[in-house]
Amino acid sequence: MAALSTIAVMILILFQILREGLPVLHLNFFFDSPREMGREGGILSTIIGTMALTIVAVIFATPLGVGTAIFLREYTRESRIGRMIRFGTDCLAGVPSIIFGLFGFVFFVIRLNMGWSILSGGLTMAAMILPTVISTAEESIKAVPYSYREVSYSLGGTKWQTVTRAVLPSALPGILTGILLSVGRSIGETAAVILTAGSSLVMPTSLFSPIRTMSVHFYILAREGISMKMAYGTGAALILLVLIINMLAHWMINQYIRHRA
Amino acid sequence: MSQRVKIAIKDFNFHYESVQALRNINLDIPPKQIFAVFGPARSGKTTLLKSLNRLTDLIFGSGHTGTISLDGMDIYDPKVDLIELRRRIGMLFDLPTPLPMSIFDNVAYGLKLSGKNKKYLNERVEKALKSAVLWEEVKDRLHASALRLSGGQQQRLCMARILTLEPEVLLLDEPCSGLDPISTASIEETLNQLKKEYTIVIVPHNIQQASRVADHAGFFLNGELIEEGPAYQIFTRPKNKQTEDYLTGRFG
Repeated sequence: MAALSTIAVMILILFQILREGLPVLHLNFFFDSPREMGREGGILSTIIGTMALTIVAVIFATPLGVGTAIFLREYTRESRIGRMIRFGTDCLAGVPSIIFGLFGFVFFVIRLNMGWSILSGGLTMAAMILPTVISTAEESIKAVPYSYREVSYSLGGTKWQTVTRAVLPSALPGILTGILLSVGRSIGETAAVILTAGSSLVMPTSLFSPIRTMSVHFYILAREGISMKMAYGTGAALILLVLIINMLAHWMINQYIRHRA
Repeated sequence: MSQRVKIAIKDFNFHYESVQALRNINLDIPPKQIFAVFGPARSGKTTLLKSLNRLTDLIFGSGHTGTISLDGMDIYDPKVDLIELRRRIGMLFDLPTPLPMSIFDNVAYGLKLSGKNKKYLNERVEKALKSAVLWEEVKDRLHASALRLSGGQQQRLCMARILTLEPEVLLLDEPCSGLDPISTASIEETLNQLKKEYTIVIVPHNIQQASRVADHAGFFLNGELIEEGPAYQIFTRPKNKQTEDYLTGRFG
């Protein structure tokens, strides 16, 4: 019953948005930039903005998060510093996203003078998704059989070789799944993004350009009553984008697993 | 250095975080023979093997006293190159442990760690697979996943993986525990070939196997070495009552 109602709610949401949004989706909608505040034209600059922001977030959060997970799992066991880091990431995971937005605004936008930009927004999103990346990476590293490590060490592997050649390749699918979850969160975020990346509709030209992501666009179109039609269109496009990213990633992960098994 | 002793264990104690696993072990293992370490479960056999290549270093909260020397060199000396030591002492585990990669990459794993060139790798992998009597079965599918091999093939693959490093000592921890009699026979046959060049320490799967393959044997009970000597003597005329009771199946 619970499972059924979950699915029912999901289908209802999808149905509502796609019914209103799909008729708006023409090729021009994807390849035109917004005109008149988004009332006319398409959403190209917001698609680019969304992708740029997400890529920056992933680029910063992945090495940091996976590195932390490796450190926690393979280099310290139950040490004081390990417990401190775990406590820190747990706290970070519980912080509401708007607080990340405020932090990003005060620190990246004003203090480091990066302004409303892809970089400020991306770094803020990186901080926000970091706990997810760390905990999923740690879980998947933990799931790698102990025997892989024993084999690698017994053949004269150093710690680093063991981690990079025996442990990480097996943990990779899990780590990627974690990153994928984070990408979803980062794409859907609005409040923190408005505070750190702005809401400009101009096509970005560099990492320091302000942008408007699709979620923010959707929010502003609907909130300010600019055009519900375009808002639904953006929503539908957003759902499609997330769907495509997920399918692509799962396909890649499956290929990888099949290749090794 | 006398060639009568390859590994000398002196007053060796080992403990895990809260359990004493080995007590006061004194044992000399002769070169180029098969030494069987046997005894009931939890008698310290695996701990002994893992102490010999210092895999026990990985276990949090463990420690030891006493010495183990390989060709007269104390292996717990801080100056010892641990990587080099482990390359000299290969270990085969109780269950086949192929890594999730191709057959070739598995066998070449140890060599790749020290960065050898492609042509050299090819030769050594072929030679090792031949020594482990696996070459004929896999030569046409070296780049298929090692996980698709049968249990017996996987264990021989693991053997080949160790042999590429040309170690001096092989540690075998119940290498046939998951295998059928035919695979077991082929592993035992391989061992008889290998002892011409290697010093082998084996925890046999059962007493019958110990008596089939071993030249020397030591009986362990509760972390203590009860009796050791030539295999024919231990298995036919044990001096110690406990050894005899175990061999005749009075406990175990």
